[in-house]
Amino acid sequence: MATATGVYHTSYEADLALRKTRAEWIRLGLIVLLVVSAPFLLNPFWLTVANQIGIAIIGAVGLNILVGHTGLISLGHGAFLGVGAYTSAILVTRLEAPTLVAIGVAVAVTTVIGTFFGLPSLRLKGLYLAMATLAAQFILLFAFRNWDFITGGTDAIVVASPEIFGFTLRTDFHWYWVIFGVAALVVFAARNLFRTGLGRAFHAVRDQDIAAAVMGIHVGRQKLLAFAISSGLVGLAGAMTAHYRTIVTWERFTLDVSVLYLAMIIVGGLGSVAGAVYGATFMTVLPAAIQQLARNVRDTIPMLGREIPAIQLIVFGLVIVLFLLFEPRGLDRTWQRVKDYFRLWPFRY
Amino acid sequence: MSRAYRHNLNGSSLEPGTRQLEIEAVALRFGGVQALQNVSLDVCQGEIHAIIGPNGAGKTSLLNCISGLYRPQEGHIRLHRSDGPPHDLTRTRPSRVARLGVARAFQNIELFKHMTVLDNLMLGRHVHMKHSVWRSFLYYGPARRQEIAERQLVEEVIDFLEIQAVRHAHVGALPYGVQKRVEVGRALCLQPAVLLLDEPMAGMNTEEKEDMARFILDVNALAGVTVVLIEHDMEVVMDISERVSVLDFGRKITTGPPADVKTHPQVIEAYLGEEVS
Repeated sequence: MATATGVYHTSYEADLALRKTRAEWIRLGLIVLLVVSAPFLLNPFWLTVANQIGIAIIGAVGLNILVGHTGLISLGHGAFLGVGAYTSAILVTRLEAPTLVAIGVAVAVTTVIGTFFGLPSLRLKGLYLAMATLAAQFILLFAFRNWDFITGGTDAIVVASPEIFGFTLRTDFHWYWVIFGVAALVVFAARNLFRTGLGRAFHAVRDQDIAAAVMGIHVGRQKLLAFAISSGLVGLAGAMTAHYRTIVTWERFTLDVSVLYLAMIIVGGLGSVAGAVYGATFMTVLPAAIQQLARNVRDTIPMLGREIPAIQLIVFGLVIVLFLLFEPRGLDRTWQRVKDYFRLWPFRY
Repeated sequence: MSRAYRHNLNGSSLEPGTRQLEIEAVALRFGGVQALQNVSLDVCQGEIHAIIGPNGAGKTSLLNCISGLYRPQEGHIRLHRSDGPPHDLTRTRPSRVARLGVARAFQNIELFKHMTVLDNLMLGRHVHMKHSVWRSFLYYGPARRQEIAERQLVEEVIDFLEIQAVRHAHVGALPYGVQKRVEVGRALCLQPAVLLLDEPMAGMNTEEKEDMARFILDVNALAGVTVVLIEHDMEVVMDISERVSVLDFGRKITTGPPADVKTHPQVIEAYLGEEVS
């Protein structure tokens, strides 16, 4: 219960609730309103961007469970995305599996492969683990490109628009509802995870692994579980990309993608579910915005129009450097500060 | 245990006074360094057993062997239970040792600094909880019921240690003395059979020491929890412990009631230097 002088709880249920004040509920309502009205207001270009944001949210929340919440770095998540995409695409094209089944199997396969490549985390930490997962990235990419008999090699796999419960998902508008429905479920599940004992154990392993072991947490099992959940969610994002884009090629799952996803959670805020959402949104909107901007000024400043890819890269790097310098805890922290400012307004403290 | 506390913090059902922790001829080496040499001692259910000794005597190494963090090259550490054969802790990994009821507070605070006091204490309940990925994702239903059920015991520990006011505070921001108290609380939430405290009063002022001594005595007297305590403050050790074991250079010199240990010639030689008066 929120009173004029603060938050007052009379039950543990209320103390554990995600949203405690009316302001928080209103904010959630506004976000829901924004998400529901967006597809009716956006033009086709931005609707595509919105769908990419939705998929990026699923992947970023998944990666953050591993990196931000459990403190294990992975440079292999770009390839895990590919495992999800390839598995689902192959099942649908070769075995003519129903899309939902294919996506389910893809999540399971990515979970297993992600957990397998997480095994080095039982012995390695920090930079060494980064190198071990980098190996996973290259091994899997090699498999995508060279195992012709499974993946079709460097040729793209073309997937038909999926049919779910007799309804064919063809347009961005249709996909929007599916993608954001799944993304909302993933965000909710992740928030729930971190208010239960299992999520606390992940944080314990991140903060102080010896103390975690002495408190009865099986550190190794916990690390592998983090890899499993994380790669499972990334596999889900990958499978959805495959069916949404209707084309799967190895070029979409390179090291760049791993780094892009890491950038999302760093910019958004490590160890925060909301942060992963902010980061995924920001890092997807940024290149699109630069592209649009360059297109608009193409006639007045032709140089800008030609150099879009270079400008995108420069801005991308600049943003990460600036965030590390000025807001290392990401957009989530920025948002906390904004909230604190208005909570105390008109006073400074 | 009477009072308003509904949960029994003692995880052992042995009769008070029976042998609970049996350390037998433990030897621990790091390369050429002999950290522990033929150390044998018994800890009985319900006692406060202090381990003292000069710096580098091997006190913390012995606790680490009990916790399963170090694996001694020789000897056994047996944890006796009322319902089955004893467990050899020298062949058990730390997380399993905790499950068997051995809880630990560290010398240099090893709390989870980015978490609140409540989360730290709830982690003390980890071994008593069921953890399913799907139930955690779903939250409403079994997961929430479990959180609330375990929260009741945690709140009793919070009341017991008088840290109600900082329940939701992040541990890293708390004063040193309170952090020490939270760490003892986290170990208590495990409902331990044996509570290992590594210098719980180090770096505290007199008032904080008195508080901590009171908590240790309460845990022992009201709940009946066995306490194994490393402490440098001799007044505290002599005041609150029932038996004292003295280590020096990795060897045990003696075990006995504080009054006997105080006058033991080897202890005076090794620990206090020369006899005064």
